[in-house]
Amino acid sequence: MNTYYLPSHEYARIDGNIAYIGISEYAAKQLGNVVYVDMPEADTDVEAGEDFGAIESVKAASDLFSPVSGAIIEVNELLLDNPRLVSEDPMTNWIIKVEMSNPDELNDLLTPEAYAELCAKE
Amino acid sequence: MNYLPHTRQDISLMLERCGVTSLDDLYADVDDSLRFNGDYDLPEAMCEAEIRRFFSGLSAKNRTMTCFAGAGFYDHYTPAAINAILGRSEFLTAYTPYQPEISQGTLQYIFEYQTLMARLTGMEVSNASMYDGATATAEAMLMAVNHARRKRRVLIASTVNPAVAAVVGTYARWQNIALEVIPEHNGVVNRQEFESMMEAGDVAGVIVQTPNYYGILEDFEGWADTCHRHKALLIMNAPASALAVIRTPGEWGADIACGDAQSLGMPLNFGGPYLGYICTGKALIRKLPGRIVGATTDENGKRVFVLTLQAREQHIRREKATSNICSNQGLMALHTAVYLSLMGPEGLQRVNALGADGLRRLSDGLAESGVMTPMYPGHAVLNEALFKVNNGITPQQILDTCKDAGILAGVPVGDDGLLVAVTENQSIEDIDRYISTVKSLKQ
Amino acid sequence: MNSQLYDKLIFEYSKPGRQGFSLPKRECLDCLDSIPQALRRQKTLNLPEVDEPTVVRHYTNQSTNNFGVDTGFYPLGSCTMKYNPKINEAVAADTTIASLHPAQPTDTVQGALELYWRLQRALCSIGGMAEFTLNPFAGAHGELTGLMVIRAYHASRDDNGRQVVIVPDSAHGTNPASAAVAGLQVRQVNSMPDGTVDLDDLRSKLDDSVAAVMLTNPNTIGMFERNIPVIAEMVHAAGALLYYDGANLNPLLGVARPGDMGFDVMHINLHKTFSTPHGGGGPGAGPVGVRSGLEDFLPNPRVVKNNDGTFGISYPDSSLGRISGWLGNYTVLVKALAYILSLGKENIRMVGPLATLNANYVMESLRDLYLLPVDGPCKHEFVFDGLRDKSQGVTTLHVAKRLLDYGFHAPTIYFPLLFHESLMIEPTETETLETLDRFIKVMRDIAHEASEQPELIKQAPLTTPVRHPDDTEAALHPKVTFDEL
Repeated sequence: MNTYYLPSHEYARIDGNIAYIGISEYAAKQLGNVVYVDMPEADTDVEAGEDFGAIESVKAASDLFSPVSGAIIEVNELLLDNPRLVSEDPMTNWIIKVEMSNPDELNDLLTPEAYAELCAKE
Repeated sequence: MNYLPHTRQDISLMLERCGVTSLDDLYADVDDSLRFNGDYDLPEAMCEAEIRRFFSGLSAKNRTMTCFAGAGFYDHYTPAAINAILGRSEFLTAYTPYQPEISQGTLQYIFEYQTLMARLTGMEVSNASMYDGATATAEAMLMAVNHARRKRRVLIASTVNPAVAAVVGTYARWQNIALEVIPEHNGVVNRQEFESMMEAGDVAGVIVQTPNYYGILEDFEGWADTCHRHKALLIMNAPASALAVIRTPGEWGADIACGDAQSLGMPLNFGGPYLGYICTGKALIRKLPGRIVGATTDENGKRVFVLTLQAREQHIRREKATSNICSNQGLMALHTAVYLSLMGPEGLQRVNALGADGLRRLSDGLAESGVMTPMYPGHAVLNEALFKVNNGITPQQILDTCKDAGILAGVPVGDDGLLVAVTENQSIEDIDRYISTVKSLKQ
Repeated sequence: MNSQLYDKLIFEYSKPGRQGFSLPKRECLDCLDSIPQALRRQKTLNLPEVDEPTVVRHYTNQSTNNFGVDTGFYPLGSCTMKYNPKINEAVAADTTIASLHPAQPTDTVQGALELYWRLQRALCSIGGMAEFTLNPFAGAHGELTGLMVIRAYHASRDDNGRQVVIVPDSAHGTNPASAAVAGLQVRQVNSMPDGTVDLDDLRSKLDDSVAAVMLTNPNTIGMFERNIPVIAEMVHAAGALLYYDGANLNPLLGVARPGDMGFDVMHINLHKTFSTPHGGGGPGAGPVGVRSGLEDFLPNPRVVKNNDGTFGISYPDSSLGRISGWLGNYTVLVKALAYILSLGKENIRMVGPLATLNANYVMESLRDLYLLPVDGPCKHEFVFDGLRDKSQGVTTLHVAKRLLDYGFHAPTIYFPLLFHESLMIEPTETETLETLDRFIKVMRDIAHEASEQPELIKQAPLTTPVRHPDDTEAALHPKVTFDEL
């Protein structure tokens, strides 16, 4: 499965026409203990670059932006009771699952290499 | 000067440590062209006795009146114990409880306040940060718009207090929220109009008030269902004291309860400080503006209190914040906690019963004269009602005549209406005096 | 502090049948019973049932678990925790004031209106402004009101494309949050290494979409913005207005006035500069002043002096609208005026210089042990970037918590965001040399502890009755009422 990133630290892990969206290892480390993930309702649409929720630690919060456009077909309900899963393993614990309406958008995203370079600079 | 403690020697010693020779040197970076070398347009320093005389002089230019005015602010009794506790300087001179280790006093009373307000309104959670009822209602509107994400229409009942509606309108104007008024009929907001306005779609929230501006207990059965069917939030404004006896926002199915807590024994103080409250369900807790206190444990396992969910707030969210509230209205929350603790369920119910009883006596007495009769008979009221002024007499004449008798007769509404409120503070004698003064106008 | 002995909540004293109220005994008609059942409260009202002595003792004991300015030194940067004079409280406790209803006819509240007018005039003189409104309830509310004044001004000129507020990256979070609530977008301007505004960056960001630029002066690290006349000129040339955030006004009393620096709109935190008590976070007051030409946009209602010398209330149509239920927090305004009159025109001039002297004295006495990122005389406050010796891993948080053990309130920490280990100290002018020396000694002792006994200091606070509350648990599983415990 290919993975792509936004400069704002969200990833899209691609499986066919489905994108699993979450936050990067780097972002999870910066945030510290996640205490809450504000997730949208399933069966709503999201556009690339649009905020779809927010993630909070004790002393920080940031909006979550979607790398791709499409229909949100599932949100990760495990995170409702156990938001810390994101801190522990952000790549496995995706936040929303999107059925992409325009997979060409992936070309606008960062490759893992380009993203690693960006993090190194921060 | 008694608050500026340095002696001349102190100042020289300190300047020396700073490596300068005069206080002026510390402002070398302020260009001469910016310096204020004139005289402030202020009197010379007054000693304490002069200050007291000055303020007594001002006070003498005010006139205290027997108060039958309400319109959102009510003349309730303030128990003496409240001022004794609010005067504790550990409470009075502390700031926002950023350091929980040395702020448990503030944190604990806010936690108590949150519990008391949640119980009173029939909701699950409360903050402690609203300035007054009008701004609390505006913040509730912002919550609804934020919650709905893209929807920009908000409906407000025309029976909401006009001062509250005006503040909500100001906030809406600059946020490009389309605030639309649901019209009223015979003193209550029109259900059919509401339904059809909802059908038009795009509504984020609906604001109503109980008792409404005219004192009427409106029937909001089904309103929450309609709101929720359209994924809009129902916002219900109510004066806090009345909630001891009237159906609560929680019981009507409202999503947000808000309003002024002034009726919980806060002195009128010519407009403030009062306290706005805002309560909601647990599902919306992260949309609440302002400070929230939560319980946790310290390393010894002891129950302690901290400011929590701070990631919502302006100092973290900056321009992404949906509210800019920084304060928690600490002292007023303390007032409320002490007041409700002293009153208990029985006291607060009795306060409401005394007000309702007073209004009934007044209304009955006035009806005999025919000068003032209920504007909207047939509706249930609590301690406030709108009267129609008859017999060619104007509300202003009533106000003027009563003023001469030391009575504040109410708040004029429209051409022929007078809004009158009664509390436990007005005795039977006061009520009789009101009635006889109005009767004297007829002759 | 006695919370080891005392930690009950009021609910835990409740006993059915106890009463703490004293109300008129007269018989009531059955008015409540005549209200239809559907309109009455359905659930039993669950409030504590407690007698008055228990209530008083409960809250008095709680108060002893608190720390206020009257308890000890409170060097909380940017909050101006100066002494709150007792005469202010005495005159604000007037029982006549307590009974004045906002709807009283203006001829029965001439004293109250005169007080408004006098305070408006006093603040105009102190701020160098043409007119003030006292309606805003807090500093943040003042910011919001000020930005609405600015929007109303642009709207009056049909200049509706101005949707942006420029704030420095060092600004307090309230500035951008207020801009957002006023319906404006935020554009950040960079700071120079000394925390002042980067003029080139500002120039590049000013255009006809900008409604206002918001600044504090002195800025958040206590440095005076020397280029303010240039900034004002640039902002005005771009058609925008310059907003003064009065959070840091204290050091300018007696020295300079925002109006003379080119600011168009300002707010003042009366609970900072003008000594009204913070009350655990409120109620405060955030009056807003405007230069000549902007008076018409101030919020309604407004207090005015009539030609015959009486005072009245007006509602001009040009106003931005109403931002408060009535005329603001009246008794807070009483206290501020009492403070101004106590100082008088002569002593108020000393407030700024003495506050600045105290800050510089503390800064100079500690800079060998704490890292001073920006050199030069500060104004009312300054910022250290943590300890000089960071080799033992002792952070600003550890220093702050250790101060609690020594009986001081902590400074503001991790703000401004310009530095990683910000420790922001504002002593105010009301502290004695002896208090400052004791604070300096403790700060020096802590710095030595940090090098010699780092493990000890990392455990701080050691002596407070409450230690290391679990913030994460509080946010993860919020329990915000007694009913959730």
